[in-house]
Amino acid sequence: MSESPHESSKSEISLTVNGKRVTVRAYAMERLLDVLRHDLGLTGTKEGCGEGECGSCSVLLDGVLVNSCLIPVLQAKDASIVTIEGIHADGRASVLQQAFLDCGGAQCGICTPGMILAACHLLQKRPQPTVEEISEGLSGNLCRCTGYMQIIEAVKEAARRGSAT
Amino acid sequence: MMGMRNDRIVGTAVPRLEGREKITGQAQYVDDMVLPGMLYGATVRGQIARGKIKKITFGPGINWQEFVIVSAKDIPGRNCIALIDDDQPCLADGNVNHPEEPILLLAHEDRHLLPKAVEAVSVEYDALPAIFTMEESEGRSQIIWGSDNTFKTILIEKGDVESMWEKADYIVEGEYRTGAQEQLYIENNGMIASFEGKQGLTVWGSLQCPYYVHKALMKLCGLPPERVRVVQMETGGAFGGKEEYPSMLAAHAALLAIKSGRPVKIIYDRMEDMAATTKRHPSRTRHRTAVTKDGKILGGTIEFTIDGGAYATLSSVVLSRGAIHAGGPYYWPSVRISAKALATNAPPHGAFRGFGAPQSIFALERHMDCIARAVNLSHVEIRRRNFLKPGQSTATGQTVSETIDLGGLLDRALELSDYSAKKDEFARENQNGNCKRSIGVAAFLHGAGFTGAGERYLSSVVGVEVCDDGGVQVLVSSAEFGQGTKTILCQIAAEALGLRYEDVRFAQADTQEVPDSGPTVASRTAMVVGRLVQSATVGIRQTLRASGLLGESYTAEECRSACSSYVATHGKLRSLARYEQPEDIVWDEEKYRGSAYAAFSWAVYVAAVTVDLSTYSVTVDDFVALQEVGRVLHPVLARGQIIGGVAQAIGFALYEKVVWANGRMLNGQMTNYIMPTSADLPPIRVYFEERGNVHGAFGAKGIGELPMDGPAPAIVNAVGDALGTSFDAIPLLPEDIFDATARRPAREEPGATVRRNP
Repeated sequence: MSESPHESSKSEISLTVNGKRVTVRAYAMERLLDVLRHDLGLTGTKEGCGEGECGSCSVLLDGVLVNSCLIPVLQAKDASIVTIEGIHADGRASVLQQAFLDCGGAQCGICTPGMILAACHLLQKRPQPTVEEISEGLSGNLCRCTGYMQIIEAVKEAARRGSAT
Repeated sequence: MMGMRNDRIVGTAVPRLEGREKITGQAQYVDDMVLPGMLYGATVRGQIARGKIKKITFGPGINWQEFVIVSAKDIPGRNCIALIDDDQPCLADGNVNHPEEPILLLAHEDRHLLPKAVEAVSVEYDALPAIFTMEESEGRSQIIWGSDNTFKTILIEKGDVESMWEKADYIVEGEYRTGAQEQLYIENNGMIASFEGKQGLTVWGSLQCPYYVHKALMKLCGLPPERVRVVQMETGGAFGGKEEYPSMLAAHAALLAIKSGRPVKIIYDRMEDMAATTKRHPSRTRHRTAVTKDGKILGGTIEFTIDGGAYATLSSVVLSRGAIHAGGPYYWPSVRISAKALATNAPPHGAFRGFGAPQSIFALERHMDCIARAVNLSHVEIRRRNFLKPGQSTATGQTVSETIDLGGLLDRALELSDYSAKKDEFARENQNGNCKRSIGVAAFLHGAGFTGAGERYLSSVVGVEVCDDGGVQVLVSSAEFGQGTKTILCQIAAEALGLRYEDVRFAQADTQEVPDSGPTVASRTAMVVGRLVQSATVGIRQTLRASGLLGESYTAEECRSACSSYVATHGKLRSLARYEQPEDIVWDEEKYRGSAYAAFSWAVYVAAVTVDLSTYSVTVDDFVALQEVGRVLHPVLARGQIIGGVAQAIGFALYEKVVWANGRMLNGQMTNYIMPTSADLPPIRVYFEERGNVHGAFGAKGIGELPMDGPAPAIVNAVGDALGTSFDAIPLLPEDIFDATARRPAREEPGATVRRNP
């Protein structure tokens, strides 16, 4: 395919994703979400609303939980990004993921990757959160299936199992 | 007697079948799929509610040569989305009847160019007057559909509704309304289509009902069944919102794929999804009830009306379920239920969890509180005195054959919610302070499966197939979209056959591979499809026994090795089961009489709320959900269904308001259409009674829709009681409470009109 005129407005941007240095050709204002999904094939990060309300596209950017639909890729230049595909590098993640399975924290699964990133981030800051802290900490991630209780129970259970190991 | 020695599988919390893929981000949703050479599609929609298209102009600044453009002229078959009435066009052909009517389709390989191109198309119209409310539709100043703006009317009559009025001590009248509600699955609607000369048309999408899409595409494209293939991808929530609209989206993607010769993906963004796709039908219910002074209902009339939007789509069946549920779990010696679905110039309203029942049950359960006030009984006592008992008949004349004890269910719910103590405590505390608290109750039922003869017409087929390695595969078109379809059907197959759960697989819902087990709707999967899976395993076991591979008694391991030996020796083994209507289910569609459902699930919900009179906001503090759903197949999934449904219903009651202007949704964003977050919900305490039902798999009845029916009236009853003001419409927002309590003088109690016969 010949390069379309739109190609010329793209530029090369380097960033670290799940520990690997990558360089992409993208529009400067292209959303980090799209770069992850389309250019890098990391489709575990989901789009729910495209305006930072639902948290389905949550990733960690230099350790901070962000909505990747609100981050122009230029802002992620040279940053370190962690997505659901790379979350296992955090030792807590597999305990949390198993707790999601056991407690019924995932139903349709579309909010689950973002929810797990948000919960991991919460447990990093607060290894033994109260129920109130979990509800508050996950209130930026919307779930339409579960009514949240089994998600909250999963995080609580992960904290318990985490401290037991 | 079954000859199996394995541990029980049904009733236990086995791991969700596709859970591992979901928690690791590996599950494949439609937007995760990319085909070589794929284009991206977008939709040009009407801007006005009603009119004739005069002219379409392709504006400057866009290289239109690069775009694939499809209009109604490109449709190979019939320009309709086949469903019940086939009245909805796939693309507008001359006229628009609502503001989101699709007019043109565009596709391009760079999806970033599509929004500008859509904006650059301008459509000129001769505008026609439009109608937006049920009252305008009834007034018929404009006829926008058929001869009378009416998609469907239903009349249910029982007993003598004329003579009861004079025997009544009280006649209680009320009018109740519910608003539109968006399903708000977190995964927007999406579809990919591909058309190749040899194979024909294939679509992959986020959907509930593969064979609905299959039927619609055949008619649209004029293709025979074997040249249309529909594949369900992992589906990120549906709630009814992916029952009928995916047929429209598949049609659009298919037309672009046929014209371009390349695969085409269409994924809606949130705003388009919220504005253009279906929502819950707004409703208006009028009750007039004859009651004795000791609170016995003698009878009544119920007028149930829903706004169907611009095309018939599923309105007739939503109306039917709403009308049948309008009498609730009470005994009506005489009743007349007249129901109608009306046309307005809004996008068609459609299926949403509960399917008409949450609307009519909201009205009834609010009305029961009004009756209680009128006759000076407690809202608990009025319900207890009128509950249906086994042997009595429902509004359609269906005799209650289940061994249900609603009084007992009510007692248990009150006890679990610490009702009496809370009632006293709230009465004391409400004397002072700015926070008023109360506790509300709702009792209700929900029919499982298609209404009346519906299941007989569907005539669902399921298959169970033995695989090379000795495991089996469940073959159904029933879709997984979070509820646990895959898990429970595999549990049923495993237990019925005597295999381990781990040895049962689930075929992807692909019309080329699986039989038509019907749509994944109507709380029918566990009861109807599950039972068929159970039946299909019987054929497998009989064949294994007849071929001498399986004894009378066997272990799971023996069963597995019998399966693999069979396949090695004889080849493929597949057993099919087709639905047969139980003989005691008789339905007269003409008179709307008979057994509306093979089984009902029953529930009593109790909500404790606080109304803060400085902000007028309502907080639900505690919620008890007690239900009888037959056998609970999976305790974690079942509880998840109830909690999720209650959460959605709390949104329906207190948060979720669609703001309309000229038939268009103005707040089609998650920023301003507010659904509950984790910080907004009370502890939702879920309890089951298990009585079992002979028709369902291992005694299971329906569960998915039930929890949508009761929370709204329980909550609004509590709010009304806390403030001594009657609220008759939802969503009930702080501004509505402010309006009713602060600005207006207190209304006469109760909200409904009461006439006392001399």
